[in-house]
Amino acid sequence: MSTNLARRIIPCLDVRDGQVVKGIQFRNHRVMGGIIELARRYSAEGADELVFYDITASPEGRSVDSDWVSSVAEVIDIPFCVAGGIRSVEDARKILQRGADKISINTPAVQRPGLINELVAEFGSQCVVVGVDSVLQDGHWVTRQMTGIPEQMQQTGHRTMDWIVEASQRGAGEIVLNCMGSDGTRQGFDIGQLTEARKRISIPLIASGGAGSASHFVDVFIQADVDGALAATVFHNNKVPVPALKQMLSAAGIGVRL
Amino acid sequence: MSLAIIDSGGANISSVIHALKRLGAEPVFTRDAETIRKAERVILPGVGAAGAAMARLHELGLVDCIRALRQPVLGICLGMQLLFEKSMESHMGQKQVDCLGIIPGTLEKLQPSAGVRVPHMGWNTTTTVKEHPLLNGLPENPWFYFVHSYRAPVGDSTLANCTHGETFAAIVNRDSFHGAQFHPERSAGHGARLLANFMELS
Repeated sequence: MSTNLARRIIPCLDVRDGQVVKGIQFRNHRVMGGIIELARRYSAEGADELVFYDITASPEGRSVDSDWVSSVAEVIDIPFCVAGGIRSVEDARKILQRGADKISINTPAVQRPGLINELVAEFGSQCVVVGVDSVLQDGHWVTRQMTGIPEQMQQTGHRTMDWIVEASQRGAGEIVLNCMGSDGTRQGFDIGQLTEARKRISIPLIASGGAGSASHFVDVFIQADVDGALAATVFHNNKVPVPALKQMLSAAGIGVRL
Repeated sequence: MSLAIIDSGGANISSVIHALKRLGAEPVFTRDAETIRKAERVILPGVGAAGAAMARLHELGLVDCIRALRQPVLGICLGMQLLFEKSMESHMGQKQVDCLGIIPGTLEKLQPSAGVRVPHMGWNTTTTVKEHPLLNGLPENPWFYFVHSYRAPVGDSTLANCTHGETFAAIVNRDSFHGAQFHPERSAGHGARLLANFMELS
């Protein structure tokens, strides 16, 4: 084997008003718990990375509220990524200075793709994740923006596969592909779309949206060859505990950190 | 014990500070040569590009100060890469960057191949090739969190290597200088152990 790089299990914490929330297909958000409490729990359980998504930041036209970023950085010893309304090098610097390891941009990158290049030039590819919200429309996957508040959700005019290639050419270090059709449905990851995305880019690809059981994770790693899988609800409600999930992945021959 | 973390311009320093505080250390984040010289331990962190980091060290007048340090020094990630002679990471039109030149060798870009994505991002195991107090108490193949696009050559200074497509130096030591390509501050228990070992080096 040419690498022992582990496939990553990534709990995602959608943050709104200082609480972790979760919706179904980006709507009807419910409070799932406190930020620090969940961060501590996942870190201790063997999660490989955490993503914090300030889901109201972009629609409200503000940058992520960074105070809680420092509190998270103090308590956990695994990497974490912060997303939400980062529109400039200065916004990103604030987040990184408070202890985040990566920043993820979504809507602002769609609105101004040059932001990817600017962040890469300043902080390096490894820090810059591009999140993509994608839906199937008229036979093509297309991207959406402002997904945090349903009334403001917009089409962006990008075809998903073209956009991830462009993001990668602009220097993005990783793509998180949120497959909105499967988000919150717990019917499994969108293997078809992720397989297509995998063919287009050589940077790390993270599957997001649709996890309902541990076997869905096995499927997405084996069938779509993604580098990591991100989920929220199944971890928050303990339907798929991280330690048991990793044992199952390992038993299925998938390289994970145990 | 006094511990200086060099303000080399990387944005993400607080995770290193927090990790050391969790171990009971009281790190000072500084660009002052005198503070660095007097510290019993020095950490050279770094996230970002080699060219920008070296330009900053020159601007701050710290290049000779770092080269002359004799107390235990730990370079983390880019900080480890800067210990080498040269990096092929381009900067402001230059094809390569002169680094600190403490450890022989040139940093080359990692090449993607089937199943090998670049940047090398995530948890990988290292393989120990030389016993050293820095590795005390670690298993033979510990897990560490890596995030990088350039690889350090394996050589006499290599304590442990890692393979991602190609094999590269993951933990290095030469005289009082040590380096870790991964982020010990974000590598859970194994990373904390390495940092604790660094604090205990004599």
